[in-house]
Amino acid sequence: MAFFLLRRFGTLIGTLLAASLVVFLVLEVLPGDPAQVMLGVDAEPSTVEALRRKLGLDRPPVERYLAWIAGLATGDLGISYTYSVPVSELIAERLVLTIPLALIAMAMTVAIALGLGLYAASHHGKPGDWGVMAFGQLGIAIPNFWFAILLILYFSVHLGWFSAGGFPGWSAGILPALQSLLLPAISLAIVQAAILARVTRSAVLEVLREDFVRTARAKGLSRRQALWRHVLRNALIPVVTIMGLQFANLLTGTIIIENVFYLPGVGRLVFQAISQRDLIVVKDVVVLIAALVVVVNFLVDVLYAVIDPRLRTQR
Amino acid sequence: MSIAADDGPGMVARAFRHRSFAIGAVLTGLVIAAALVSLFWTPYSAIELAVPRKLRPPSAEHPFGTDHFGRDILSMIMVGARNSIVVGVVAVAIGCSIGTALGLLAAARRGWVEELVMRFSDFTFAFPAILSAIMITALLGPGTINSILAIGIFNVPVFARLARGAASTIWARDFILAARAAGKGQARITVEHVLPNILSIVIVQATIAFALAILAEAGLSYLGLGTQPPLPSWGRMLNDAQTFMYDAPYLAVFPGLAIAVAVLGLNLLGDGLRDLIDPRLARKR
Repeated sequence: MAFFLLRRFGTLIGTLLAASLVVFLVLEVLPGDPAQVMLGVDAEPSTVEALRRKLGLDRPPVERYLAWIAGLATGDLGISYTYSVPVSELIAERLVLTIPLALIAMAMTVAIALGLGLYAASHHGKPGDWGVMAFGQLGIAIPNFWFAILLILYFSVHLGWFSAGGFPGWSAGILPALQSLLLPAISLAIVQAAILARVTRSAVLEVLREDFVRTARAKGLSRRQALWRHVLRNALIPVVTIMGLQFANLLTGTIIIENVFYLPGVGRLVFQAISQRDLIVVKDVVVLIAALVVVVNFLVDVLYAVIDPRLRTQR
Repeated sequence: MSIAADDGPGMVARAFRHRSFAIGAVLTGLVIAAALVSLFWTPYSAIELAVPRKLRPPSAEHPFGTDHFGRDILSMIMVGARNSIVVGVVAVAIGCSIGTALGLLAAARRGWVEELVMRFSDFTFAFPAILSAIMITALLGPGTINSILAIGIFNVPVFARLARGAASTIWARDFILAARAAGKGQARITVEHVLPNILSIVIVQATIAFALAILAEAGLSYLGLGTQPPLPSWGRMLNDAQTFMYDAPYLAVFPGLAIAVAVLGLNLLGDGLRDLIDPRLARKR
């Protein structure tokens, strides 16, 4: 187990470094002169030169990369060019929206998917199963931002139950804040739940066919007892894999959904940073999201080893 | 050929008796037909502005209504289909060809080449299409090429892993041993024996990837990172629709339906193809 963890951790660090290197190359080296990109082609040469010096772009790229990595490790992400505040502060105040949003959506996803998946598998071939499968197909085909717009159309425009977007902030109280995250979380969750429900259903069906399930039934366990005691744990491995991938999807999904609902989260921040050509913010946020995706995948691998001891000795 | 004919109904007849495949084929056909027809005919111009007839609700004249510039939504959706198909096909072609080649290489060479390809795949997974698109936009500005590149890059590791997994099982088979004994090299075995045997899996995955590419393209153009006006794209139309949600809710319905029909069609087609190619899987599901 220790060797497995160590090896996997080494890969994690390597992947993070490679990702940061790519982000750095694409956003700081390939554009030629980032200061010129940020100010536009019409900028005065003296202004460009001043910004270049201010951002330290006159130093050689290797030195800049190492300084950036050191900054990332210590939480010093530089000063945003458009907001004139430390990027770490900007990101921190946006994360208090994005992380709860992604977590609520993930919780909804798991609850809906496990419920529907188990239901469909235990009613295999019956109308309920067909209903879940149809929901799965539709959920995958519907873009989450369209579903979000339809939710706004019905619940905000037609019924007037929710505001059509915006976020009052956690200081306005937990309930109003949660209320404004409800529709965004649902629109993120439904699509992911549709995929996960299908995976859960087929994983459970697969395990139900195993000999040990028949043994458990022969031993006198009811179908339900066998399902909860033996099937679920064994079916969880593919489900957890997909869940890991889905958390990454949810994180990037927030970029679109935050824009649909005008929520001031990390996704909206990076989007605004692009239109303002604030490459400092773009660079930091992109590497942050990529790092979150990589770390979640690492945690999924570790979780596997916990669920299935056989995997610890492999590779 | 005669042996196949004795097996019962032909592949095509069997295919259309398969429900997923038939529905998928019809829906996909509808989208492709709309795109093809739009090449030489649309009810109105999808690009020219006609402000006097702006924001008309659906009617006999404009079945899906008109937008805030008076453009006919049906015409825009037809031209938008073309955009989605082009982006999807090119992006999947990029991801599929590079990814499959890498996967085949990994399976043939094993050792450090395989390790390198797999680590590269792991690493590319850290950049979902939208993150690549954001970086490419920061570098080159928004545009159709941007979404093609971002979605293409995203698909490379998907196909690399799939091809490596499938090719590895083929390499373990006896007929490969026979081919090696006959003196064929790795490259020749890969092209003559391995590739034909994994092609069906790759084609099924390509259909699914095509559906995902259409979804991703819509998301990118919704954000304004993809296809730029005046060319209509389904995602962009939904973005415009949101501005006029109170005056013209119908604007938000039809472009979304178009995306859903295209994606649903391709997914069903992919599922159907998989069942037809490997009937053992169909019985298991």
